[in-house]
Amino acid sequence: MEKWEDNRAWFLVLPVFVVVAFSAIIPLMTVVNYSLQDIFGPGQAVFVGTEWFEQMLSDTRLHDALWRQFLFSGLVLLIEIPLGILIALAMPQKGWTVSASLVTLAIPLLIPWNVIGTIWIIFTRPDIGLFGVGINSLGILDVPFDHTARPIYAWVTLMAMEVWHWTPLVALLCYAGLRAIPEAYFQAARIDGASALAVFRYIQLPKMRGVLTIAVLLRFMDSFLIYAEPFALTGGGPGNTTTFLSIYLVKLATGQFDLGPAAAFSLIYFLIVLLFSFIFYQALLNVGKGEKRS
Amino acid sequence: MVLVLQSVDKIVRREVHLKDVQLEFAPGSRHVILGRTLAGKTSLLRIMAGLDRPSCGRILVDDRDVTGVTVRKRSVAMVYQQFINYPSLTVFDNIASPLKLAGLSKSEIDRRVRETAAILHIDNLLDRLPAELSGGQQQRTAIARALVKETQLLLLDEPLVNLDYKLREELRTELQQIFERRSAVVVYTTTEPAEALMLGGNIVVMDEGRILQAGPTPEVYRHPATMRVAEIFSDPPINFIKGRVHDKQAQLGEAIRLPLNGHMAQLSSGPYIFGVRCNHLFLKSTSPNDVAVQVMVELCEINGSETFIHIDYENTRLVVQDDGVHQLKIGRGITVYVNPCHFFVYDPEGKLVTSPDQTCYTGT
Amino acid sequence: MACIDMREVAHSYLPKTQKLEQYALKRIHMTWKDGGAYALLGPSGCGKTTMLNLISGLLKPSQGQVLYNGSDVTGLPPEKRNIAQVFQFPVLYDTMSVAENLAFPLRNRAVPPDRIRQRVAEVADMLDLTPVLHRKAAGLSADAKQKISLGRGLVRSDVAAILFDEPLTVIDPHLKWQLRRKLKEIQERFHTTMIYVTHDQVEAMTFAEQIVVMYEGEVVQVGTPEELFEKPGHKFVGYFIGSPGMNFLPCRVRGNVAEVDGVAVRLDDRTADLAAKARGTLELGIRPMYLEVNLEAVEGALPADVKTVEDQGSCKIVTLSLGGHILRARLPEEQRPPHQKAWLRFPPEWTRLFADGRLVG
Repeated sequence: MEKWEDNRAWFLVLPVFVVVAFSAIIPLMTVVNYSLQDIFGPGQAVFVGTEWFEQMLSDTRLHDALWRQFLFSGLVLLIEIPLGILIALAMPQKGWTVSASLVTLAIPLLIPWNVIGTIWIIFTRPDIGLFGVGINSLGILDVPFDHTARPIYAWVTLMAMEVWHWTPLVALLCYAGLRAIPEAYFQAARIDGASALAVFRYIQLPKMRGVLTIAVLLRFMDSFLIYAEPFALTGGGPGNTTTFLSIYLVKLATGQFDLGPAAAFSLIYFLIVLLFSFIFYQALLNVGKGEKRS
Repeated sequence: MVLVLQSVDKIVRREVHLKDVQLEFAPGSRHVILGRTLAGKTSLLRIMAGLDRPSCGRILVDDRDVTGVTVRKRSVAMVYQQFINYPSLTVFDNIASPLKLAGLSKSEIDRRVRETAAILHIDNLLDRLPAELSGGQQQRTAIARALVKETQLLLLDEPLVNLDYKLREELRTELQQIFERRSAVVVYTTTEPAEALMLGGNIVVMDEGRILQAGPTPEVYRHPATMRVAEIFSDPPINFIKGRVHDKQAQLGEAIRLPLNGHMAQLSSGPYIFGVRCNHLFLKSTSPNDVAVQVMVELCEINGSETFIHIDYENTRLVVQDDGVHQLKIGRGITVYVNPCHFFVYDPEGKLVTSPDQTCYTGT
Repeated sequence: MACIDMREVAHSYLPKTQKLEQYALKRIHMTWKDGGAYALLGPSGCGKTTMLNLISGLLKPSQGQVLYNGSDVTGLPPEKRNIAQVFQFPVLYDTMSVAENLAFPLRNRAVPPDRIRQRVAEVADMLDLTPVLHRKAAGLSADAKQKISLGRGLVRSDVAAILFDEPLTVIDPHLKWQLRRKLKEIQERFHTTMIYVTHDQVEAMTFAEQIVVMYEGEVVQVGTPEELFEKPGHKFVGYFIGSPGMNFLPCRVRGNVAEVDGVAVRLDDRTADLAAKARGTLELGIRPMYLEVNLEAVEGALPADVKTVEDQGSCKIVTLSLGGHILRARLPEEQRPPHQKAWLRFPPEWTRLFADGRLVG
């Protein structure tokens, strides 16, 4: 239905608009500006058109970082979504244990992100970390565990940290989705003699579609843009085995001060995230659509 | 207040919610809008209230164009299906809320709230929260909140549909009495023909966004202008039989032949559709003009002291509503009697050609 | 098919209560016969849904036993009791087609696929669902969805009972007719025990052979629609059934004749014999359609003031005031209604006497 239009309301939006313009739109335009020019120094810039874009698109280190990023985000989704669903299914529905589990689950979400990186560094240290000491004392690894000793260790630590940090979000979203299902569906399923697996497949999972869409999109976008945790944990190493797109971008921009290529890269980065989010969204929407219209 | 809707349309993303609505509401009149779900009743009510703007057309209050005026500036009160109350306010505060916004004095607010609460029999619940009340009591609170404003327009959107059958009956009688005493224009929507008949006043029959017929309720009931109006405005559903007129006789199907008397005397030859309400078909002959029809029983539903008998006449399903308790077996052949003066006659396009006149109803 | 017994069943939602008032369902002791069509009728909060859930096994009673065909099922969950339930709003498996929805209960019980196909086709035919059998269930209208819910119960040919919890709530009024008719056809054809919970008396009376009227956790009366209509055992039944409900007038008894405002009202022979011994608050009850409204004074009639006359199409409802009491009369369409005054006569065969709310006779 069309809502009533009151033109005076636009004036209330104006301050927000001004702030957003200053903090987002103008800087964005600056980035676009940089991506099209080669800047030698203040006031000395040459218009180079799409040169930076071409350079970035053919940069092998960019391709490596991109590949690593996809791997990372893929693993994140593969682990966090099912795990979140399982935790939500296991959570209690009534009584004081509900609040207790919700609070426990929310704790990882409240910790500042680079502090999380530090927590996991300490946790995996071979001298004082619980995990580091523990796994080394088992003596099953040829190279003693340290989070930067080998690429695989770095990845394992990174994934563990990421899953520990963000699965609670997925679990909370799925829990909300599950709680919204009317009791009658479960009663009907019991009466139909459905097994727990059938109940999950035919009732719980379809009805969680809305929250799962949100969970997938949020986790994909966040993990694709990840910076603070890997940087705090490994700094991008060992070597560049955990250099993800954003870490590479920051190195380019502030490390090497190649503003032109970095700006071009930012824009490409933005478009990649946009494209994949769009694909995910359409896919999840259409799974639902096939059932609504018939 | 005289409310007029002129050529109102409401089209949302190529879906027609309302089309070409022309209505006029006289001051102090009562109107029931009858239609099936998705007929456009709620859309119409929202436009009358000022919550939505029509895509085209005008709304005039006392000859003033108020189409662009927001709902806050109009004198309107609305009651919804879903017992809408402020959950954190007590019943007293709920009812008082519109008066507080209007800035009346505390003593005046107190007086009016208690008065309205007494009318709706909730004056002993004033310090409770809506969550502590039953469905009927919550809806009474919502109605009290709408009444206390003493607006010129009172809109009710199927307010009783979520209540128990008996509660609905009670509240309906009370509402009738309340409406009598008000000088506001009252507009009430419903999907049940029985409710429309019980509330009386005027009726507006809607279907698919259009007004099919409007007028005093008994008149529209006795003279439904189209077959669709007759269908919507009947419960149990009206019976229709195809027939034709020729040789000074009306022939319905193979077996029914009616002489062309009374209101059917002027019918010209050709195909027609004949309609008759269930309560005008009987298991016994009640008048010398009755015509007997052989039919087969499909189902019997006993409703207290009357029975609905579903019959089959030449593959057309009909319903007979007769007094008394009849237990008839499925498949049994019986005779049904009908007085020809009770038939509505429609042309093949569905428009009313002739309807029973008054003498028929008084049994002369 | 099963005969369901409820023995000394009572239920409270508060686990440790001893007080009777806090019981949602007070002592219930009754039998639901095999193949019967029953309706549980009562206002909101009377305990009918609690009763239904105790029968289906979704709730375990605080006291008492539930037996199916003589064996104790009190501890058994619904899936072991072999019952089917249709809820207020359509409960379907959205991701499946209509055929898959209907087949689901049979698949869970490992019935062979040919038998499943055959049974699904039979049930779909019964419910006029064959044209939409392969469409996704989620896209259909509300009444089609309720039919699918019903179908899931019918598809198991050995189902003990089908329970309905106000199933027509979301259905449009003009479609309620068809669905009600369909339910009745199925009941008459297959003689499955069906228990239908509702607050709508028309639904209850048209569907059921026996109606169980409930009020505040107790069963007030069990009887056929006709019995409940003509011989309500309790004032509540007289009020709850019938639209409008029964009229009640306080009266006194002199000998074997009732007196209202000094005017004698004759009672039928049986009631008259018992009237003399009746004790407690006495009231006359008569249904609006049996109250005789005369335009002129006749013998034995009481004068009353006419308050309103409502034309309701197939009948007229006249509201009258008699000595401060409001009465309603239902006149047939053709009868001329009174204008300001009317004289009311109480035909003895339809006039009932109630003592402390209970029927005398």
